[in-house]
Amino acid sequence: MSILIPPAEGLYDELLLASGDARPHVKGLADWLRKTGAARFERKRAEADLLFRRSGITFSVYGDAEGAERLIPFDIVPRVIPAAEWQSLVAGLKQRITALNRFIHDIYHDHEIIKAGVIPAEQVFANEMYQVAMQGIDLHRGLYTHIGGIDLVRNNDGNWHVLEDNLRTPSGVSYMLENRKMMMRLFPELFARHAVAPVDQYPSLLLETLRDASPVDNPTVVVLTPGRYNSAYFEHAFLAREMGVELVEGADLFVRDDYVWMRTTRGPQRVDVIYRRLDDAFLDPLAFRPDSMLGVPGLLAAYRLGNVVITNAIGNGVADDKSIYPYVPDMVRFYLGEEPILHNVPTWMCRKPDDLKYVLDHLPELVVKETQGAGGYGMLIGPRATREEIADFRKRIEAKPEGYIAQPTLSLSTCPTFVEEGIAPRHIDLRPFVLTGKDIRIVPGGLTRVALRKGSLVVNSSQGGGTKDTWILEARDAVADR
Amino acid sequence: MLSRTADSLYWLARYLERAENTARLLEVTHNLSLMPVSADPAAELASALEISGGTELYRDLHGKAGSKPDPGTVLHFFVFEARNPGSILSCLKAARDNAHAVRGSLTAEVWESVNATWLEMSRLTPEALDDMGAGVFFDRIKERSHLFRGAAYGTMMRNDAFRFLRLGTFIERADNTARMLDFKYSRAALPGSASLAAEYYQWTALLRALGAFEAYQAFFHDRVRAEHVAELLILNPVVPRSLNACLREIAEILPQIEGDSGRGAKRLATELSAALAWGEIGPILAGGVHDWLNEFLDRIDRLAEAVHGGYLASA
Repeated sequence: MSILIPPAEGLYDELLLASGDARPHVKGLADWLRKTGAARFERKRAEADLLFRRSGITFSVYGDAEGAERLIPFDIVPRVIPAAEWQSLVAGLKQRITALNRFIHDIYHDHEIIKAGVIPAEQVFANEMYQVAMQGIDLHRGLYTHIGGIDLVRNNDGNWHVLEDNLRTPSGVSYMLENRKMMMRLFPELFARHAVAPVDQYPSLLLETLRDASPVDNPTVVVLTPGRYNSAYFEHAFLAREMGVELVEGADLFVRDDYVWMRTTRGPQRVDVIYRRLDDAFLDPLAFRPDSMLGVPGLLAAYRLGNVVITNAIGNGVADDKSIYPYVPDMVRFYLGEEPILHNVPTWMCRKPDDLKYVLDHLPELVVKETQGAGGYGMLIGPRATREEIADFRKRIEAKPEGYIAQPTLSLSTCPTFVEEGIAPRHIDLRPFVLTGKDIRIVPGGLTRVALRKGSLVVNSSQGGGTKDTWILEARDAVADR
Repeated sequence: MLSRTADSLYWLARYLERAENTARLLEVTHNLSLMPVSADPAAELASALEISGGTELYRDLHGKAGSKPDPGTVLHFFVFEARNPGSILSCLKAARDNAHAVRGSLTAEVWESVNATWLEMSRLTPEALDDMGAGVFFDRIKERSHLFRGAAYGTMMRNDAFRFLRLGTFIERADNTARMLDFKYSRAALPGSASLAAEYYQWTALLRALGAFEAYQAFFHDRVRAEHVAELLILNPVVPRSLNACLREIAEILPQIEGDSGRGAKRLATELSAALAWGEIGPILAGGVHDWLNEFLDRIDRLAEAVHGGYLASA
């Protein structure tokens, strides 16, 4: 028998109501959690740990002296979203990614959104991530973000918000797939009783999306990785393998006669689509950082001629920057003439004097983020910060207001999680993956990250976060044994 | 296949084969050093150092003028020493690193066998080794190597990935057999080097190290003689660690690799394989086994270089 520790007052729990009873769509799961003893969970968790380690599903942490590989903690309690709710998220994701793609196309072509005064020109053109080299380049299907990861959170009022758009090299999809495999292996009985939507078609949808990105018939697709010391290397290898394409490093590719080739045991072979998991700055030492050993000299020239497709496109960073984020709802209205289905978190832009004043006056209650930050670094969580940390951040903001945005501290929803004190509520987020080719495809699921420390809001794996399996539960016979 | 991938697969197999060969070598010398007939246990250990080409490094790390190698230190040098690229742990680490680099070209079972071997062995301490006994440890290494080959054989598609793995295995193995045979041969040839009993043990130990003792009995029904051992390990087509068997595999694998690259490697392998397949022991013995083996080691080196130039570093 396990005890489900109820969520603190005022928090939204994905499984339990404030009364401590289960939400209707997860009643079966809650019963199962209560019926199953802690010893069995402990055993299953140890089994999962061993299996993950043996199959090499590890990530490396930057700054770790040994470059040691660690497991991202996997939690055995799934996070569940009812199908009807998921459908509306899907509609919102499609709308948002479409608008973002239109936006990136626009800022590298006719600048209509800027001419219309919706977004200030300096916000775009002065952005470090804006790539002049992309101006006027026509990409196949006008697509820039073929693979997007949109981070969503649910607030304590039960409403979903977009926390962040990831339009460059979003990662984590391998955990979505491996977590599902692991859950099915550990608890097959759960899947017999719940109609969980499958996710394992992701790699084939990804391959289709990458092929769609090229005008060539039957294009040769490769995955470009910075190498095995990259924190997400496991995922790069995993995806290449699942798609049945080559996993290449910069040194495996070369440019000759404006085309890209890879070195193979049969001699050079043409490459048509590069799914790169490498930042813009490292792609081509001739065009960007000359000290990059990871890129391919001459790649940008071949790309600009349309002789190779790079996914995601170069120069996307300007659109998922935290300083552009506040404008995304306006993009939806501007390009699509629709009201945004997904909401942003209200955001103060410190570059605006009024906003700055408000932020500086309310630091202890706000979350402040660097516009260029990622991975939960460079962030102030006001209510959790010490007086010194707040004073320090105040100085940093005053010194460079345009480098910061602030948001109210959200009470992220919680989900029961197997931790030392039992099955207790922990804060979670969700990253669904949006594939855009001939059409937009979203597998029903995503990466659910969980902050394992009690009360913590930081879900990033680099800072002690874990992951969960994410279930989209079909409405029919959600709980067969009712 | 990517040249880099082929390179990693090839070296993955070579390093695992090397780890196994080192374990086999140590097992033999370790056992010999315990034999009552062995006049000089330290000399047996020194022989392990010489065969593996580790004498100089060992001396740099542990040598005191005039001192004989100490069995514990030598064992440590061959099993744990990170500064010895040929130590079992160094080989397993290099194998695991190469496997990690081409994780995507291996089946889950092959990867897991390599990774689990490394995880298990990297946690081994000298105390734990003492505790389990060197013999158990050598068996363990051989088992892990068998497991790798079995997993590869049983789960991998018969494609170029599989072929480059096998290529690495057989090139390393041929090189190792030739070295071990050459070493024993040059020692046995020294006048008055050993008593009859000691010689018997020496040759038997070599056969056992190469898993060829039963084969010897089956083919010769005779007491162990140097020239028979040479014939068995050089020319026998069915003893898996003989030079002939290794080269036969290599000459078979190379033409199966897709594409038209590596012509030089194919030519060298075919020539060398033919020389062994149709060779006779008489002329080899007459010309001197040592010279013949040195010439062979030279040719296998050139073959390895041709494989490298033809496939692994192609532009």
